[in-house]
Amino acid sequence: MIALSDYLILSSIVFCIGLAGIFINRTNIIMILMCVELILAAVNTNFIAFSYYGSDLSGQIFVFFILTVAAAEVAIGLAILTLMYRNRGSIDIDVTNTLKG
Amino acid sequence: MEFTSILFYVFSLFFVGSSLMMIVSRNTAKAALWLILTFFSAASLWLLLEAEFLAITLILIYVGAVMVLFMFVIKMLDTEESTLRAQFTRYLPLGIFVSLVVIVQMALVLNAGPFDLETVGLPEQHGASYSNITSIAQQLYTIYVYPFELAAILLLIAIIAAITLVHRTQVNSKKQNIAEQISVQAKDRMRFASINKKPSKESK
Repeated sequence: MIALSDYLILSSIVFCIGLAGIFINRTNIIMILMCVELILAAVNTNFIAFSYYGSDLSGQIFVFFILTVAAAEVAIGLAILTLMYRNRGSIDIDVTNTLKG
Repeated sequence: MEFTSILFYVFSLFFVGSSLMMIVSRNTAKAALWLILTFFSAASLWLLLEAEFLAITLILIYVGAVMVLFMFVIKMLDTEESTLRAQFTRYLPLGIFVSLVVIVQMALVLNAGPFDLETVGLPEQHGASYSNITSIAQQLYTIYVYPFELAAILLLIAIIAAITLVHRTQVNSKKQNIAEQISVQAKDRMRFASINKKPSKESK
């Protein structure tokens, strides 16, 4: 019998893997975007598990909107990435230090 | 052990394993392929949770559209692996430390017992006549109809923003400007130039 806590532990493990991926691949923007997608998949699993065990469909509808927003985010993020590559010739994060932040 | 429990453990193994392989893989294109496997196993887990519509949506939108977009950009841009490798070992301890802290915190919360089977029991299983899409649509088009239209506007804004960002106007385009062509006047086309007539030898 699979309990709700099993799903929660699974999604927290995947969330932490995505978090570690952002730290490890700090210089590659494409990898950072993909790790954000991984984190979103873990969060969506959490929502759906609560929706199933609570017998409430609102969680699934929330996941529907998260998928919409994530698709828009990826489209704009990759457009910015293409623009950055066109202007600087590299997608390394260390190159983008104009503001000296 | 039930069959669904076996399925849960198999799919979770694929979910965790492929996401681990994604974050440690050298090649960005290979990482994208591992992420596709991650999405497939996540969709299988969502099928176990009776979220059929969202599982199919995840495969269609993420694997079919978003990951293809990622592969397109990865193959179009020149991603060097050398800088990635140099930073890998530098930030590895920090990444492991932060994720371990988060995992320990979450395990402390989840092991306290508010989410186990005694407290949150299994919901009743729906029969074969239950349609997940019908029940989602009934809520989406009645209660959540304004958020649904806002999501459509958000996607429109995303389209406009992406096109505006990467669109480049061509310099020597052969495009006709119709308004300029039909509003032309005769004086724009013909120009009178006064040429001083010099007396030459042949005219004598």
